[in-house]
Amino acid sequence: MTEPILSVENLSVRIAGLHILQGVSFDVAPTGVTVLLGRNGVGKTTTLRAIVGLTPRNGEVRGTIRMGVQSLLARPTHRLVRDGLGYVPEDRCVFAGLTVAENLRLAERRGTAPAYDKVFALFPELDRRGRQRAGSLSGGQQQMLAIGRVLLNDNRLLLVDEPTKGLAPKVVTEVAEVLERVAESVPVLLVEQNLAVVRRLARDAVVLSAGKVAWTGNAQDLLLETALTKSLLGVGSGEVPVSPRSEPVLRAPQSRTKGGAA
Amino acid sequence: MSTVILLTLTGLGLAALYFLVASGLSLVFGLADVLNFAHGLFLGVGAYATWWAAGNLPGAGPEGFGFLVAVAFGVLAGALVAVLVELVLIRPLYSRTIEQVLVTVGLSLAGVALLQATWGADPRTFPRPGWTREVTSVLGANVPNAGLLLIVAAAVVLGALLAFLRFTRYGLIIRAGVENREMVTALGIDVRKAFTLVFALGGAAAALAGALGGVYFGTVSPGQGGSLLIFAFIVVVIGGMGSVVGSAYAAVAVGLLQQFVNYYGTSGLGDICVVGLLAVVLLLRPQGLAGKVAHA
Repeated sequence: MTEPILSVENLSVRIAGLHILQGVSFDVAPTGVTVLLGRNGVGKTTTLRAIVGLTPRNGEVRGTIRMGVQSLLARPTHRLVRDGLGYVPEDRCVFAGLTVAENLRLAERRGTAPAYDKVFALFPELDRRGRQRAGSLSGGQQQMLAIGRVLLNDNRLLLVDEPTKGLAPKVVTEVAEVLERVAESVPVLLVEQNLAVVRRLARDAVVLSAGKVAWTGNAQDLLLETALTKSLLGVGSGEVPVSPRSEPVLRAPQSRTKGGAA
Repeated sequence: MSTVILLTLTGLGLAALYFLVASGLSLVFGLADVLNFAHGLFLGVGAYATWWAAGNLPGAGPEGFGFLVAVAFGVLAGALVAVLVELVLIRPLYSRTIEQVLVTVGLSLAGVALLQATWGADPRTFPRPGWTREVTSVLGANVPNAGLLLIVAAAVVLGALLAFLRFTRYGLIIRAGVENREMVTALGIDVRKAFTLVFALGGAAAALAGALGGVYFGTVSPGQGGSLLIFAFIVVVIGGMGSVVGSAYAAVAVGLLQQFVNYYGTSGLGDICVVGLLAVVLLLRPQGLAGKVAHA
């Protein structure tokens, strides 16, 4: 197996007395999308935040996290990000009071040319809406801004937390398409509840349950095992809430079924 | 009519003083979540450093360019002390609110004690240019020049702060940090540098308030910063944490209310009305006039 881009070993996180992660270990492949799955509250977001150094001050992190040969724990977040760890948080976290252009400008770094061409090629709307306040954008546009902001710089690994949460099916498709294109050049560790998106994007999967790793392996294999998917995620792989593929699957009956762990 | 004009302009002068103290306090709280009870110390340092420089610093004096040098020295001293406080005392305590309050309250008390021990508890006559003791006739009202000076200074500081927030990289970082500090960090920005900068700016503005407050009141005393700080906190809460523009509006409201009620009612009633205004704002609009947004 090729060397992983990220190795998490025996990661434990306690926050305010709660033992949220209990010895989590997994690797992220140097190419493609590795998806972190699990029901609500199993520690997926906590894992991403621990990797990027955003565990709250009342939290305690133990274990080892390595990107290549570099240990990530105890390094400040801004250093990790400058070293190529891009982070797109849950709920987008755009700066509502700033314009779209200002949100992007904030992500620029001294000494490197920001890749506006790449970002505007992926999200032309961001270019057109440069003067608009980010808070007045739709959820989908905010998500694009959150992703675009990170893509302005070169990344060695992208951490993306529930990028399709709360978005309309059409926008979910657009976000999935963008992530697919992004993953061609940079590995992605993705937290996602939408199994249609997972099916489209993910090669490897890590399933968390009650703060521990319950399953690791090929994501497509997992999704083929309906009973396993149901037991691990609480939803069958056939119960696809929304499809990331456009027309053909959107018309499929299961696209209208209620489901998903979101 | 001339009384109304006089009260308006002196009220605005008082508002200017409050704004100079409150603007830094507001940005510090908005960005760094630090309730800085030692902010009055920066004012005291600025006032005493200006007073000291006017009598001792070569090139400085109570008149003309010498007075500008003395004020610049005071502002620099206030900014320097603010930076030291941030680096040495506040930085290890970010996100530890109780400890921050204890440290800044303690520092405020220690600062006043230090000023008393060095220069005594009695008010000292403040060296000020002759023209600041005179009055200017505005539509029939004889307005003290010192009050007009405060208004002009506060307007310049407000304009400079807004331009800084609007047009500079650090201004952008501060505006973003007031909204979501963690996300600023997650974009690869060392937000601690912005904290230090905000403390320096706040310290400089408060020190300027100390120097010009000395001109306005004619004296300087160790406890001056503390008494002004109470009204500055009220201004910050009414204006909205983190909003420079909100602080400006709130300062004007507080200054005018205080001046008019104290004149037309009983002396001291204005202060009570200000507290009443605070209560009304907290009940109707708890986030303050402008909320937690660093407007530019």
